[in-house]
Amino acid sequence: MDAIALDRVRPRRAAPRWRDDPQALARALLAPAILYIGLLVGFPFLLALYYSVSDATVGARVFHFVGLENFRSAIENPTFWQALRNSIVFTVVSQALVVVLGKAAAMALYRPFRGRALVRFLILLPWVAPISLGAIGWLWIFDPVYSILDWVARALHLIGPDAWPIWLGQPHLAMASVILVNVWRLAPLATVIILAGMSAIPQDIHDAAAIDGAGFWRHLIRINLPLLMPVMLVALLFGVVFTFTDMIVIFVLTRGGPYDTTQVLASLAFFTGVQGGDLAGGAAIALFLFPVLAAVAIGALTLARRAEVV
Amino acid sequence: MIAPGQAPPGAAERPRIVPRAEASAPAPRRGDARADADPAAKIEARALSKGFAEVSAVAAVSLAVRNGEFLVLLGPSGSGKSTLLRMIAGLETPSSGDVLIDGAVVTDLAPRSRNVAMVFQSYALYPHLTVFENIAFPLRARGVRGRALERRVLDASAAFGLEPLLRRKPRQLSGGERQRVALVRAIVREPTVLLLDEPLSNLDAQLRATAREELREFQRRVGTTAIYVTHDQVEAMALGDRIAVLDRGALRQVGSPHEIYEDPADTFVATFIGSPPMNLVRTAGALLGVRPEHLLPRTHFAAAEPITALPVRVGRVEYLGADRLAYGTLDDPWPHDPVVVRWPSTIAAALRAGERQQLFARDTDLKRFDPGTGRRAQ
Repeated sequence: MDAIALDRVRPRRAAPRWRDDPQALARALLAPAILYIGLLVGFPFLLALYYSVSDATVGARVFHFVGLENFRSAIENPTFWQALRNSIVFTVVSQALVVVLGKAAAMALYRPFRGRALVRFLILLPWVAPISLGAIGWLWIFDPVYSILDWVARALHLIGPDAWPIWLGQPHLAMASVILVNVWRLAPLATVIILAGMSAIPQDIHDAAAIDGAGFWRHLIRINLPLLMPVMLVALLFGVVFTFTDMIVIFVLTRGGPYDTTQVLASLAFFTGVQGGDLAGGAAIALFLFPVLAAVAIGALTLARRAEVV
Repeated sequence: MIAPGQAPPGAAERPRIVPRAEASAPAPRRGDARADADPAAKIEARALSKGFAEVSAVAAVSLAVRNGEFLVLLGPSGSGKSTLLRMIAGLETPSSGDVLIDGAVVTDLAPRSRNVAMVFQSYALYPHLTVFENIAFPLRARGVRGRALERRVLDASAAFGLEPLLRRKPRQLSGGERQRVALVRAIVREPTVLLLDEPLSNLDAQLRATAREELREFQRRVGTTAIYVTHDQVEAMALGDRIAVLDRGALRQVGSPHEIYEDPADTFVATFIGSPPMNLVRTAGALLGVRPEHLLPRTHFAAAEPITALPVRVGRVEYLGADRLAYGTLDDPWPHDPVVVRWPSTIAAALRAGERQQLFARDTDLKRFDPGTGRRAQ
């Protein structure tokens, strides 16, 4: 009887405010991120796909389907192959240097010493400074007449008094120069990432290794590097993505020259599509970046997950 | 019989770890061995000090650890016990003073040149290496290779039941298993001294009692000199051949658990050891210390025993099952200082709040301390 009586009493149900409703809150908080990715990543990507199968130019952005014609002509162009080779050399060499230098710098900055905060700040400067400004600064350093590099090398008798290396004008020197600037720019990021990873290793592990008899190299190779591998892969992934897609350093310093010896895919796509006006051709070249970057991202993330041990 | 710390016959080739079957033979007790053991100190700290930015963490501590001994460094947090242990290990550089191992000054040597082993509170197992590789690590660092390496790791693992775990990674082990791996990794190299920094504090209470017993048994079997740091007086009493009590960087007393408990050198040791701690009563010219369980009814003493009457006004009684605790104050003719009385449940006499109880203590159980310095006065 009581149960029946209770059934009749309908308690008023208070509706939660939307801010307290986790579902609504989740949607509201996710919306900006989805909007951002959709507008600034998804839409341009679809636009690139669209242009790459059309014959759109800067002057005539009407869609006229041409199939894979743009990809065919890119593949048949020897400059494309040179740019692809340069992209790989530029990325692999600079990232190898970045990871090694980043690890070394992180080790140097790990232990406290007088002035460490200042040194950390200085090391980070190349990363926080605008890339184009930094690159313009390097343009002066590499100046064929007033280069400070020439002065120093001459003073140290590394080059003769009559040697005038044209840093950005000789094929191999030009590639070495743009790699140097890219390393200068990206090493700070790797340093900071690796430093964070090093701080995450408990001091007890280092103490245990010291007591267990590990010297510098055993400690580095058997303890430090394996434990840092996931974090170093993250640093490498960032570096590869930033390097493979970047054209600012090359645009400012060499414009891809001399004779396309520093031309990379990103700069070639820019020169073809924007400066050359061939939107469709530029889009097709730019799309060649995508499979490489996707493969690198998937590979690095998989490895990082597998290496997660702590 | 083999004295602890002495190598058993054929030890040069074989690890000093005794397999389970042999270990079931009665292990030599520390107490027996002390008389015939090498009187020379195995580990010695000489006026060892360490200061961190004007704060003195360890102040001129001199301490000798005997061969095969299990010494416990006991003190509250911040007493400098871990710093002292880390200086012996070589992980901290002393500000002054020396560390001696086997009679040689090792103060300037790196940890790896000291042949010490250490078990950390976190165990500090290498997370990316298997149990086998964890145990092999100190051996590889000493240049042991190939079949010799494999045999030593397997022998040590077998002796402590770790064989089924050898291929696992540390994260796949339980807390107790991790602790055993850390111990085996420490002793597989046959260290001169085994240093333990609160190795049981990460285990839950249930496991800790078992692990404590295992650890003591472990050290007896291996016979290695051990220095054990803890803030837990129960652990210290249960494990230590001797206990060194530290407070604010200074060594207060070194002695057997019995000496530390029955004959505290000062009021710090008296009140730090024991739960509840020793009662301190202000009298003319001295502080009088008496343990809560030593305050008993008249009937518990023989007629001829020299005893002192200590009447207590009971304020509050706690019933704890095995014990009753009474909190109150001393009564005339004594100053009305707070005292705690602890009676085991075997004492049937009534203990009621508000009553004045005529209690007594043996004169030998009354300890006198200098009220100025806190040191024992005779």
